[in-house]
Amino acid sequence: MATKKEPTKIERRDFLKKTGTAAGVLAAGFPAIISGQSVTNSLKLGLVGCGGRGGGAAGQALTADPNNVLTAVADIDEQIAESAVTRLKNSQKYGSRVKIEGAFAGLDAYDKVISSVDVVILATPPGFRPQHLTAAINANKHVFCEKPCATDSPGVRQVIEAQKLAQQKNLSLVAGFCWRYNNMITEAVKQVKSGAIGRLVSHYSTYYTNPVKPIPPESARPAGMSDTEWQIRNWYNFTWTGGDSLVEQAVHNADKIMWMMDDKPPISAVGVGGRAVPANGGNIFDHFEVNYLFPNGYRVFLANRQSTGCYNGTFDYVMGTDGTLMLGGGPPRIETPDGKIKWQWQGEEYDMYQREHDVLFAAIRAGKPKNDDLNLATSSLLAIMGRHAAYSGQQITWEQALNSQVRLVPDPVVWNGKHEVPGLAIPGKTQAF
Amino acid sequence: MKGLFVLISVAAAIAATERIGPPPPQALAAQATAIDPKEMAVVEKIRARIEEQSKKTPRSGAYTVTVPNTVVTYTMAPVPAGEFTMGSSAADAKPDEKPAHNVKLDAFWMQAHEVTWDLYLMFMFADQAKETEHPDAMVDGLSRPTAPFLEMSFGRGNNGFPAISMTQHAANKFAQWLSAKTGEYYRLPTEAEWEYACRGGGKTPVAPAQLDEYAWFAKNSPAPPFTSGTYHKVGTKKPNAWGLYDMLGNVMEWTLDQYAPYSAAPAVNPWVRSAQPYPHAVRGGSWNDDETRVACSGRVASDLSWKKLDPQLPKSIWYMTNAQWLGFRLVHPAKLPSVEDMYHAWNNGVAVDPY
Repeated sequence: MATKKEPTKIERRDFLKKTGTAAGVLAAGFPAIISGQSVTNSLKLGLVGCGGRGGGAAGQALTADPNNVLTAVADIDEQIAESAVTRLKNSQKYGSRVKIEGAFAGLDAYDKVISSVDVVILATPPGFRPQHLTAAINANKHVFCEKPCATDSPGVRQVIEAQKLAQQKNLSLVAGFCWRYNNMITEAVKQVKSGAIGRLVSHYSTYYTNPVKPIPPESARPAGMSDTEWQIRNWYNFTWTGGDSLVEQAVHNADKIMWMMDDKPPISAVGVGGRAVPANGGNIFDHFEVNYLFPNGYRVFLANRQSTGCYNGTFDYVMGTDGTLMLGGGPPRIETPDGKIKWQWQGEEYDMYQREHDVLFAAIRAGKPKNDDLNLATSSLLAIMGRHAAYSGQQITWEQALNSQVRLVPDPVVWNGKHEVPGLAIPGKTQAF
Repeated sequence: MKGLFVLISVAAAIAATERIGPPPPQALAAQATAIDPKEMAVVEKIRARIEEQSKKTPRSGAYTVTVPNTVVTYTMAPVPAGEFTMGSSAADAKPDEKPAHNVKLDAFWMQAHEVTWDLYLMFMFADQAKETEHPDAMVDGLSRPTAPFLEMSFGRGNNGFPAISMTQHAANKFAQWLSAKTGEYYRLPTEAEWEYACRGGGKTPVAPAQLDEYAWFAKNSPAPPFTSGTYHKVGTKKPNAWGLYDMLGNVMEWTLDQYAPYSAAPAVNPWVRSAQPYPHAVRGGSWNDDETRVACSGRVASDLSWKKLDPQLPKSIWYMTNAQWLGFRLVHPAKLPSVEDMYHAWNNGVAVDPY
């Protein structure tokens, strides 16, 4: 994607500036990181995707280590990049370590950031993630990679390859599946794995919530804005950019499901889903329910909804022969079949978002790469598998999901010209693989 | 745009290297009291609507309001003008409840119940308030919460349950929205108004042994699957002498005031105006608190950690992701305030968190 020459409009929108001299901060020639060795100097950070989450992750990365310096940012929109830089600079804690050497706008901006830094934060809409992650690992950079890692199966396969390469190169690659970095949930999962609820029987997992980023009506689209730009700016509402609600949001549930299963894949999935509220030109569902079959007859029921005026709740009930682990609605706790609380988590909960970066930079500093978050690909794929099942109306096996040739992300992504997206999926007609 | 970005970035880079430590408190206070002319124009328009409406609908006694174009209602209970001793002089009272001091207040009405999700979701989502079918230019232009990325009831229930996890800024903006919609002036209660209303005209409104009849708190709030407690539907316990339900327990309630030490001096209609984002005063205790913290004089100071689960920069000005025990209710003062006071009651000027 986007490796060819970008449209003229983007080239004009690209900009590179050097503030280093003015701010008196640019020491030339930071040493390149040699993999597998500890790092003692400043690390240059690059942010790809400057929305609220990207800015937050950059702040967490800067907080994680006093020698980290943010030097480059990329976004499709220079104003979004500008606001993020201004906000980060205004921080009382780390603002003085925001020393931008390059701010880039456009579809190929990521590449310019990657080439100029030591550590890359990937926080664009997920459709771009496989391309960005591959480029970062190819360029020998450590990475913080937000979830989910892709919106389609070809993207997941690309990420699996990138993860293998990161391991071969001894690069750190931390995934933004934040709950794995939460001490409270980690302790709860440990309880399950140590047999506290007996043999696992079933898992009911919900993410019933409100619409996250509804798309305005087509009439709100500025004159002359291309299809691609409109779709990226409203990325949540298109499958190729956002992956649909199950893949973008309920992927956190998918990750907990895989965690309980030691990240071993399911056998198959059957799902239903649809949309009740007009899509306004977008093509995502607003509800799903997917039933997964894992080995040993373990059944998992994952349901989500993004709707107003309905019952809401984000829960996990992990049911075993000797009890149920409940996540959500209070501290994690285990209830026995006769209704007694057998275990309940107590203590101070980490800031898991900060923890992700603390772990990443400690690993880089120590020369002990952290690159075993293989759930980045598998948990994302579990959600994509569920979407395939609901969209197609078919029973989908893990192998079919993994090898699906359904490609949602255009290759290359072209800024100008027409880019029509498929309409809402129709179970029984839409192809899954 | 390109040129501007370069200039701004250079200037900001220089500023960032020179500035160390937090901005001085005076700067924050100045920001808190600054008036945005555009917002002031909005407030002036709403005030005119309120003035006109109050002539048409004079209020006396308790009354019920139906939110226009919906079936959602709320009840306003009258609170008479009067004096009371704010705080506590008891030996075991917490230091921030002292010194006890005399406060004189004008009359107001207070929502008999905590603001429910039924009400609050209409503010979050215009479609729930039927505003797409019934557009109202004054309401449509108001600032409203962004859609949350987390589920903000945390599965504890919507219909009839109290709204939770909102910032003080969000509660203020809700008051502005409801005022514009109904043509009746609402704001958060001051800390003094809240405590006065909670006491319901008595010195010790609820004997500890009777707390269970009046309040949801840690001991009686668990309900499956919320084994460590949860909020309950509003108005399911006894009201106080002034017809106010759940002042104690269920959810803590935002007040309009900055949290600050008391002074011994008597006060008339005190309002500790916001000068910094934290702390603001929160009252009443919640389903999550033990009985000692569920009292009319007890005070809680809001804290930045109430947004721990928010991974964004800036953190949301609308949601307290880690405050599943925090809600609010509104008052309708008998006397229409000046447009400046109305402006500041709806715009604390300190909505953005330090970072």
